[in-house]
Amino acid sequence: MRRQRRLARDLLFRTLMYVAAAVALLPLSLVLAYTISNGWRAALQPDFYLHFERPEGIPGAGVQHAIVGTLELVGMASLIAIPVGVLAGTHLAEYRQHSWASWVRLAGDVLVGTPSIAIGLFAYAVLVAPFHHFSAFSGAGALAVLMLPVVMRTTEGALLLVPPGLREAGLALGLPRWRVALQLMLRAGAPGVVTGALLAVARAAGETAPLLFTSFGNRRLIFNPAEPMQALPLTVFHNALTPYKDLQDQAWGAALLLVVLVLIVNLASRFALRRQLALAARTG
Amino acid sequence: MASATVSTAQTNRRPPLEGFRVVTALVAAAAPLALLAIVVILAQQAWPAITHFGPRFLVSRVWNPVAVDFGALPYIFGTVVTSFLALALALPIGVGVALFLAETSRPRLRGAIGIGVELLAAIPSVVYGIWGLYVLAPWLYRHVEIPLNDRFANVAIFSGTPRQTSLLTAIVVLAVMILPTLSAVSRDVVRAVPNGLREGAYALGSTWWETTWRVVLPAARAGIFGASVLALGRALGETIAVTMVVGNRPDIQPSLFAPGYTLASVVANEFTEATGQLYSTALIELGLVLVSVTLVVNVAALLLVRTVDRG
Repeated sequence: MRRQRRLARDLLFRTLMYVAAAVALLPLSLVLAYTISNGWRAALQPDFYLHFERPEGIPGAGVQHAIVGTLELVGMASLIAIPVGVLAGTHLAEYRQHSWASWVRLAGDVLVGTPSIAIGLFAYAVLVAPFHHFSAFSGAGALAVLMLPVVMRTTEGALLLVPPGLREAGLALGLPRWRVALQLMLRAGAPGVVTGALLAVARAAGETAPLLFTSFGNRRLIFNPAEPMQALPLTVFHNALTPYKDLQDQAWGAALLLVVLVLIVNLASRFALRRQLALAARTG
Repeated sequence: MASATVSTAQTNRRPPLEGFRVVTALVAAAAPLALLAIVVILAQQAWPAITHFGPRFLVSRVWNPVAVDFGALPYIFGTVVTSFLALALALPIGVGVALFLAETSRPRLRGAIGIGVELLAAIPSVVYGIWGLYVLAPWLYRHVEIPLNDRFANVAIFSGTPRQTSLLTAIVVLAVMILPTLSAVSRDVVRAVPNGLREGAYALGSTWWETTWRVVLPAARAGIFGASVLALGRALGETIAVTMVVGNRPDIQPSLFAPGYTLASVVANEFTEATGQLYSTALIELGLVLVSVTLVVNVAALLLVRTVDRG
């Protein structure tokens, strides 16, 4: 009798664990399904990619300005955040026992959790207010702060997967530390480092809050980074809150583009990471 | 004698400070410097509001740009209520997923759930926002808010007039968004529980659930607590998705179906339109409050999770 009750309870909680896993997948599938079903019509029209904003009600409007803006903003942010993040991550992996490395690591982890809206306010105070002008530069600065800790920590993680024998072999041959770190370790860890950089790019491309008071948004196609610039997340945010159906459709279309970008980067990075892990398992 | 001098000279000689180490250490300083700069700059920018309103700012319910009188309490209320209830909603599911990812022996199913949870973390906040606004909010309104309000209108948290954009919608969206953090960190903690403990419990005749409930989860308690605090930090600072669904009204009402407002949302909505020095500095002070709280929460959580990993 008692034994049966215990077994029944065991079965109940095992089932609940499966239920929890299923419930966790539910929102993902719902978000994907609704984004695709509401966004595909807008996203499949050529005008969507060939034109920028038009007054509401006039057909043929698109989000070209937002696509170009996102590429430019994230590109500029990457130019700052990726080299700095990779070098910082190399430092963390090469000198991991030193106390400075653990301070940097803690600061990086805290920075990852810092509200992105606060990073936007910070970028506004430093890069917008002194010039009295919203600009794509300031938006890229805010995104760079956001990307930096991600690139740094994933670089460190990728370098830790490289067998330490490689470092020892290099040092034993009398190579200077910088050559061992940059030419042996970083090259061997390259797939993981690229993965981290891509994940940071995908994360930055989807961020809205840091751009609100920096890049601000623009209704036209602009290439000059000293001007305010539109980005896809800003299009989603602003258009979704309008009462106009066609602007809402554009918002869903832009959301679909962001989701597709994020999905591709994440699945590709998974593939790259698996290769790196297999390599580490074979040689390590 | 001579040989002794030579050996001390040798042991005293420090290894030459490598240029590479110095350069990369300076580059790595970018992360701590950025963190420091965010806090210092926000404090400096908020200073006019801090000196003008004093500590009253944190407990005042007034938000009146015309009279230039500002208080943070409604926003603190909204932020705290949405974040803690989202955590309460997500915690059982997150722990369930963590157990699933750490304990089931079906690699393919585990892999699928793992990828799913990771993708959940990768979806941009603004996409959760538009989904929450157009899909989740109407559904919750029709299938949760209206029925509960009809039946339990005298219960405070279900009272008032239900609204689509409400604290409840924000809570559900936030719960979804913190689920990946919660389950990924908890999974690592559960995995770190020594296998000998599990084997001991099984050897004494425990079922899987008895082992999990009496041995594994108590051993992982501190780490799961750390994961919860980390997730709480994410929820407190989440901006765009919450802004789109929370209703954006600085009220303090007991009902979950009433609109609310959070620290991050009010900054996102009003900062570019704020006229006058005190108005914009008051908003920056709200940002400073938010950063300070998340900073403390995050450091505490990281220390908790780290001690668990080491032990």
